[in-house]
Amino acid sequence: MTSDFSTRAHDALNNPQLRANFRRAMDGLMTKRAAQFEDKDNWHALRARGAAIKARALARLPDLLEEFEQKAIANGINVHWAETTADANRIVLEILTAHGAKKVIKGKSMVSEEMHLNAHLEAHGIKAVESDLGEYIIQLAGEAPSHIVMPCIHKNKGEIAQLFTDNIENQPYTEDVDALTAAARQVLRREFASADAGLSGANFLVAETGSLVLIENEGNGRLSTTLPPLHIAVAGIEKLVEKLDDVAPLLALLPRSATGQAITTYVNMISSPRKAGEKDGPRQVHLVLLDNGRSRVYADEQLRDTLRCIRCGACMNHCPVYSRVGGHTYGSVYPGPIGKILTPQLAGLDCAGDLPHASTLCNACVEVCPVQIPIADILVRLRTEAAEPSTSPAVKGAGSGHSAVESAVWKGWQAMYAHPAAYKVGTKALSVVGNLIPAAAPLLKQWTSVRSKPKFAAKTLHELAREKGYDHE
Amino acid sequence: MSEARANILARLRAAPRLQPPERPQWQAPGFNDRLDRFRVMIEAVHGEVHLVSADTWRAHLRKVLAEKNVARVLAAPHLGLDWDDMVAYDAPVEDFKDQLVSGIDAAVTTTRGAIAETGSLVVVPDMDEPRLASLLPPIHVALLNAGDIADNLAQIMEKQGWAAAMPTNLLLISGPSKTADIEQTLAYGVHGPKELIVLVLQ
Amino acid sequence: MPAHVTPPARMPKNVYYFGTCLVDLFFPDAGLAGMELLKRQGIRVVFPQGQSCCGQPAFNSGHRSEAREVARAQLDAFPEDWPIVVPSGSCAGMMRVHYPDLFKGDRDEERAKAFAGRVYELSWFLVHVLGLDTKLVDKGEKVTVTWHGSCHSMREMGVVDEPKRLIRALSNVTLVENPREKECCGFGGTFAVRQPEVSAAMVADKIAAIGQTGASRVVSGDCGCLMNIGGALDKAGKPTRPQHLAEFLLERCHDQ
Repeated sequence: MTSDFSTRAHDALNNPQLRANFRRAMDGLMTKRAAQFEDKDNWHALRARGAAIKARALARLPDLLEEFEQKAIANGINVHWAETTADANRIVLEILTAHGAKKVIKGKSMVSEEMHLNAHLEAHGIKAVESDLGEYIIQLAGEAPSHIVMPCIHKNKGEIAQLFTDNIENQPYTEDVDALTAAARQVLRREFASADAGLSGANFLVAETGSLVLIENEGNGRLSTTLPPLHIAVAGIEKLVEKLDDVAPLLALLPRSATGQAITTYVNMISSPRKAGEKDGPRQVHLVLLDNGRSRVYADEQLRDTLRCIRCGACMNHCPVYSRVGGHTYGSVYPGPIGKILTPQLAGLDCAGDLPHASTLCNACVEVCPVQIPIADILVRLRTEAAEPSTSPAVKGAGSGHSAVESAVWKGWQAMYAHPAAYKVGTKALSVVGNLIPAAAPLLKQWTSVRSKPKFAAKTLHELAREKGYDHE
Repeated sequence: MSEARANILARLRAAPRLQPPERPQWQAPGFNDRLDRFRVMIEAVHGEVHLVSADTWRAHLRKVLAEKNVARVLAAPHLGLDWDDMVAYDAPVEDFKDQLVSGIDAAVTTTRGAIAETGSLVVVPDMDEPRLASLLPPIHVALLNAGDIADNLAQIMEKQGWAAAMPTNLLLISGPSKTADIEQTLAYGVHGPKELIVLVLQ
Repeated sequence: MPAHVTPPARMPKNVYYFGTCLVDLFFPDAGLAGMELLKRQGIRVVFPQGQSCCGQPAFNSGHRSEAREVARAQLDAFPEDWPIVVPSGSCAGMMRVHYPDLFKGDRDEERAKAFAGRVYELSWFLVHVLGLDTKLVDKGEKVTVTWHGSCHSMREMGVVDEPKRLIRALSNVTLVENPREKECCGFGGTFAVRQPEVSAAMVADKIAAIGQTGASRVVSGDCGCLMNIGGALDKAGKPTRPQHLAEFLLERCHDQ
């Protein structure tokens, strides 16, 4: 997972089609979400409830994982634990191999993206077919999702029409969305019918009942979890909630925040494999619980809040940076504000240290987060972890952003700004000679590429206040 | 038990213990006219609602199916439908898959109730009405008793005691299958039914 | 979550003014205008000469200890239990929202908390403490302006409508709202130099949206945003003039 945000941002910003696609899409999503939460009192009460549910579940996480496991096993679900994505891939592969599976049909799952599961399965001779329309499209294109809810939001009709013509037999070029959708339905029906296993994620895991809750609009999630004889779900350990009735407020938050829908077309609650006498459903259900650095995030009281995330994507929809550069610029599975705090924690600041800085800290994400994750505070915390080598690093790669020059600059800044006498001399000097600094000077060069040079005033406010006779104590 | 399990739980238990916060008050909305709200909401997502009486719904259904040029209908025998080309889902999916995937025009299922707030049907598949019945055929007809519409999800969960006995599969269905993955343009029937018809029995 | 700000228990006789480092060097007239507005409401305005910067630049860059030492100098400079009025939502947000966290476990933790509780954003103070929105008398020519809300003002200090209430109280001023008013202008402190291209794209969109309002001035409560937006307007040769709210109000209502 390399991270060179600036280089990719440069490319994205110079792609007018991409920018227009994102801008239009994000504007639409913001408008739809706003219409869902017009009643401000209800919104505040609801998100406070949602945040508390997730915080509560996290506070009790180890107990809830055990409770869930016990219930799920009693229901007939096989529960597996994976410390790393490599472990999770190995477990999935073992299950598939044991069933002689050659083809897996997939519902949308960000954790499977995090695992790079498709590549792993392909390497072992198992075909993984994405069935969510957006995921199917980017699989055809050989790309990664650019948004966690709408994976092919960066593509327009023309690009998709061409992909279909190139990849689907006897598919004429058409930009008609209904026709494209119908073509995908036909191809994927065959894939569903012939798949040996279905793979999905999970939106919530309910400890009280041992149930998996999955939400979706297309029905491909239901098909993936029902039609093939084997269902494997992969989920992060943070997906737990305590009680079934905790799902109600979270469901009132998730689709409305994500796409501005009152609810998704399907809410699919799975509590067991096919029982005796039942005519469909998988004969085996397996759940792989993935850690992959989450328990490390959990170890820090502040960073733990990252794990509240319910993956609605509202933070990226409202992010002025994301809406301009798109998801691929982040170079990580999770883009946008949540990606900026999650990726450096999972992959390490040494791998993704530029992400926490790719933010103006405008707090637009914080304002809409349905579970009140203090994203901006965590961004600043991660900047601090990167800049200051710590003796007990809470984050992998802490201190990797340390720069002797930068530290010296801030020490110098402190020397001036923490001492009134030095400040007085320093500001006086700047007001006299500051305007002589050339526009091409380091730092100022970037600033003046699209802006005029700021002008130092002849007199500081300190001086003017004294002259105007304002008391100073 | 696996080493991974032990390691993960050990790491989580070694982390600072925080007091679990209480759940602050939040009340999901209620409605004076639940049927009206249900109807408005499900119609807004392309669902079709027919108000029918308990005596005449079968005749009405025949008319609707005929209008939609439906040939083969999937329905549980106990529903007592009168339709020429009718099949029951009475074999395991392994033996029924081909027909189910492409040979049926419409499926009729019961529901366990509905939610007014979001316009959602509560569907609990069982031996007579398996899970794929409401998913694979292009038209899904759902029978709903008007008296079974609750205000909201929290209410129906509690009233029907879901947590005490979760079935293999429990579904909320709010409209036909849809996608907006291509340029946020809505398209219906991407994987599941293209049409959802709700007969509300009054 | 924005800070929950409530007015002081009783009408203060004295207020402190924290000018901010950016205003000090680049926009002293805006700073002075804020002090004049307060003074003309019969309040004694004290400008401690020992003040400098709230510490936000270092704090947001991850240099916490440097930020803390600069912040501590502010704790020293504002010793009395008087409100501290700030003509910037961003600096006010730093002091009200982040000081308690910055000083957590520090010897000055209690002092920092008390200090944070005394911090007010200027337009909020003018409206909720002094009721200025009901007292303004517009003496200016007809003018059309648009408002730019700063991110921290809105989302840390909870200041959303107050500035617009003040502007709307002016009879000769037409306020045309920019539909993208709440979108960040792309300044973000060091962001503007760390991600110059993204920042440039953001400010380009911002000035385009401002241009579409047809306003001759863009008024804001934060000089960081004004430096960014104003600099971009100027570089692009656009006629719209940036102005701090305090300067604008003073200009409209008082003979200079």
